[in-house]
Amino acid sequence: MFRYLLDSLRDLAPIILVIAFFQIVVLQQPFPYPEKILIGLAAVVVGLALFIQGLNLSLFPVGEGMAEAFARKGSVFWLILFAFSLGFGTTVAEPALIAVSAEAAKVTASAGLIANSQDALNSYATGLRYTVAISVGLSLIVGVIRILKGWPVQYLIIGGYIVIVILTQFAPREIIGVAYDSGGVTTSTITVPLVTALGIGLSTVIQGRNPMVDGFGLIALASLFPIGFVLIYGMIM
Amino acid sequence: MELLHKIFIAFTQTVLDVAPIIILLVFFHYIVLRKPIRNLKRVLVGLGYIITGLALFLVGLEQALFPLGEVMAKQLTDPSFIGGNITGTLSWQDYYWVYLFAAAIGFSTTIAEPSLIAVAMKASEISGGAVSTWGLRLAVATGVAASIALGAFRIITGTPLHIYMIVGYLIVIAQTFFAPKWLVPLAYDSGGVTTSTVTVPLVTALGLGLASTVPGRSVLIDGFGLIALASLFPMITVMGYAQLSEWLAGKQNEDTNKNKKGG
Repeated sequence: MFRYLLDSLRDLAPIILVIAFFQIVVLQQPFPYPEKILIGLAAVVVGLALFIQGLNLSLFPVGEGMAEAFARKGSVFWLILFAFSLGFGTTVAEPALIAVSAEAAKVTASAGLIANSQDALNSYATGLRYTVAISVGLSLIVGVIRILKGWPVQYLIIGGYIVIVILTQFAPREIIGVAYDSGGVTTSTITVPLVTALGIGLSTVIQGRNPMVDGFGLIALASLFPIGFVLIYGMIM
Repeated sequence: MELLHKIFIAFTQTVLDVAPIIILLVFFHYIVLRKPIRNLKRVLVGLGYIITGLALFLVGLEQALFPLGEVMAKQLTDPSFIGGNITGTLSWQDYYWVYLFAAAIGFSTTIAEPSLIAVAMKASEISGGAVSTWGLRLAVATGVAASIALGAFRIITGTPLHIYMIVGYLIVIAQTFFAPKWLVPLAYDSGGVTTSTVTVPLVTALGLGLASTVPGRSVLIDGFGLIALASLFPMITVMGYAQLSEWLAGKQNEDTNKNKKGG
């Protein structure tokens, strides 16, 4: 445990230095409420150490174990259903996504594309959230099929880029920033380790797959799909 | 007491966040696969660590770093701090502290990002050490640093986001053809993992601060886009890092070969 604490202290050192430098040297201001900051920092260090240790004990082995069990069961249907529910389930309630969709609804209303009433805003934000969640679910289905078939990920990604660039030309200007950002906010701290373990587990068990080449790539697809789907959502609404 | 209360709230929130994943795992394990979870006790202890750890991490960030970082972003982007020339108008060069802050905050928050640590650990394990944990994390952090600084420049100058994204995509596509094939999927993934718990709140504060103080920018339209650039640039730096280390290794081999021939 001590080693984990030391590691997490080192991981957080840069951010502490940056904040201290700008506070003292650039802005030349004292630290407000220093004891609160110190207690907070201690919580961050302990929290990160616990989290990393927990990953190795639970999410990593469970994710890889499930991938292995699915491969042995040999049922593509259940594997695909699992992939979709994992993507959809972890995204739909993601706090960052809820915040971004609410913000996006305001942007759209201010541009006069939807009515500026609470109902219209809420339904737009909810629709956007479900759009992103469904697109993350679909991206994991595509990602899993890609691992099973051994397709190189770069063709999917480059193809995705082309589609996004074309869609950008037709989407309303207000939605573009939100759409591009939505790709980044979908992958949360708990989803990433689980999805990574799933990909690596699958490509380790399936013959002829290399975990390094085939195991990674799920996160990339999960960050790409929402961009395209949100652009389309912006065009339809 | 107030702190304990906050920790309790964060703990409940984290449990709620993790609950759908646990339900999903239990359903598929026991109903579909009909196989008990191996080392159940260990897994439960691990989950306890994850939930407690994440709750402490979030509360600590909210107590110590986020308020400071947000105030800082506001002060640094304030026209009275930036100054400007005699006529009182600001040009993009006057924002040098903002660029430095953007780069520094992008770099340092990425180093502390738990999901990047997780992916780096796995990548190093799978590649048998060919990808070093720190090499990957530093390459990604450099990419995020560059992207946030460029994103700040974009907000200040008011240039459209999609031009930056399209140029970035073209660079990624070109690099894909030249980078070592085994590293490409990992490089793509590192784009998506960079922006979560630590980076998003601070970077968003910076974007909103800039968009609300720079004349002629709209918070709603120009405030977005920093995250998007931060998910794009790490792909470029990670592939670049791989190309550089391959090139250096190749050069070293050449040198040793020459030495062998010479000796």
